[in-house]
Amino acid sequence: MAGDRPGPPPAHVTVRGLCKRFNDALVYDGFDLDIPRGKLVSIFGPNGCGKSTLINMIAGLVPSDAGEILFDGKPLRDIKFGYVFQNYREALFPWLRSIENIEYPLRLMKLARPERRARTERLVAHLGVKIDLARYPYELSGGQQQLVSIMRALVVEPEILFLDEPFSALDYEMTLFMRDQLQRIFIETGTTTVLVSHDLEEAVYLADRILLLSRRPASIADYVHYDAGRPRSDLTLSQSDFVRVKAHCLNVFQREVRKG
Amino acid sequence: MKGNRFDPYLPVIGVIGLIIVWYLAVWYEVVDKVLLPSPGETFRALWKGMAGGALGFDFWRTVERTTAATAIAAAIAIPLGVFLGASEKLYRSVEFVIDFFRSTPASAMFPLFLVLFGVGDETKISVAAFGAALVILFNVAYGVMNARKTRLLAARVMGASRLRVLTDVMLLESLPQTFVGLRNGVSLALVIVVVAEMFIGSTDGLGHRVFEAQQLFAMPDMYAAIFAAGALGYGLNLLFLLVERRFVHWSGK
Repeated sequence: MAGDRPGPPPAHVTVRGLCKRFNDALVYDGFDLDIPRGKLVSIFGPNGCGKSTLINMIAGLVPSDAGEILFDGKPLRDIKFGYVFQNYREALFPWLRSIENIEYPLRLMKLARPERRARTERLVAHLGVKIDLARYPYELSGGQQQLVSIMRALVVEPEILFLDEPFSALDYEMTLFMRDQLQRIFIETGTTTVLVSHDLEEAVYLADRILLLSRRPASIADYVHYDAGRPRSDLTLSQSDFVRVKAHCLNVFQREVRKG
Repeated sequence: MKGNRFDPYLPVIGVIGLIIVWYLAVWYEVVDKVLLPSPGETFRALWKGMAGGALGFDFWRTVERTTAATAIAAAIAIPLGVFLGASEKLYRSVEFVIDFFRSTPASAMFPLFLVLFGVGDETKISVAAFGAALVILFNVAYGVMNARKTRLLAARVMGASRLRVLTDVMLLESLPQTFVGLRNGVSLALVIVVVAEMFIGSTDGLGHRVFEAQQLFAMPDMYAAIFAAGALGYGLNLLFLLVERRFVHWSGK
């Protein structure tokens, strides 16, 4: 049967039967999810529903109580992935220069110094980043610091990139700029990306799929497609399909919030 | 508030103010002349004493003892602090003992250390090292325990082993707090050394110089020795601050 007709491509990440309990709060109870390859999925949902917990379990930062998470059928330890924290100030190493921060995961991979430098410089050139990377992180602006942490996550050429509310510590102007930086990086690398967002506009604007979660225990309230071409821009925000998708997501979100 | 170019000289005002008040007190004989010599006399005594006089020799003896005590304290307390701080449970189990002896006046330990080490330098240095070590230990352990969780997680998520997390992140995270400990430790060591030099069968050191000058009623010499001790304390603190600023450039940022 396989190969007879083009079915949906196999998912990159499969989550099956995921369970998680924090003290008496049941956060996930038999949760299933497929994350498609080469797409950007944003996760949005009511406060405290476990958005971050979900990607932290997928990325191995938080252990799950039960369930299986596979990447092309492989466990997490067999793949390369990148993770970007919300709090860039605390996630970067202030004793290392920005470029050494980016190289750090390559050092863990025991690459020699010239090779590390070469890979980092290739990434910087590829992304067209214009930051003085010889500076220490605390000498950079918030947006630049977050860009450094994104590059640190990308330098290992990850199969999948996780971002936990990466822009919520930035001011609005910088957030808009960083959204487009992230979009450019996504277009350039095509890496499967999972983004937790607390801003619906941002979640839709950046995503190919918007995962809307319900209240606890979290289930998939909807898993919305948004297929607008890239690069998207300010104009996208006023186009009818963006407005329609965003309105739909808001509807689902409010329905879920009211259920509580 | 925007500073102007005179701001760096503001501390000079306090110094000049103190000297003026001192002069006036001597001029109007507010205090007995024998008890309070003039600033001029005192600074002459300080200069003569430090430039080849007995005071200079005593100054360096105190520097030697304080340095030795601090070095011993750091050599013991830093590794031990890292070890204890790496496991919060372990630290909690010895926290009371550390806090108890940290709160015990080190001077109360002199008789015990005298019995253990006799009246030589060993006693002075070991009591000072004991006091300083507890202060350093406490700060290092807290520095390690309070390492930013996100930073540890970031290293782990990039694939760092437990040992790498310790050496690459925890140790560096604890450095600012370690320097707080070293600064407090060296100040305490100086206090203990000077007290020990006064009373425990000493023949040299700043404490001895102050005590002897007082016994001989050589007031300018006594004040000179006090100022030398003050300058030493201030200088040691400043030295650690400069080293910290050089090597822990991210501190407070």
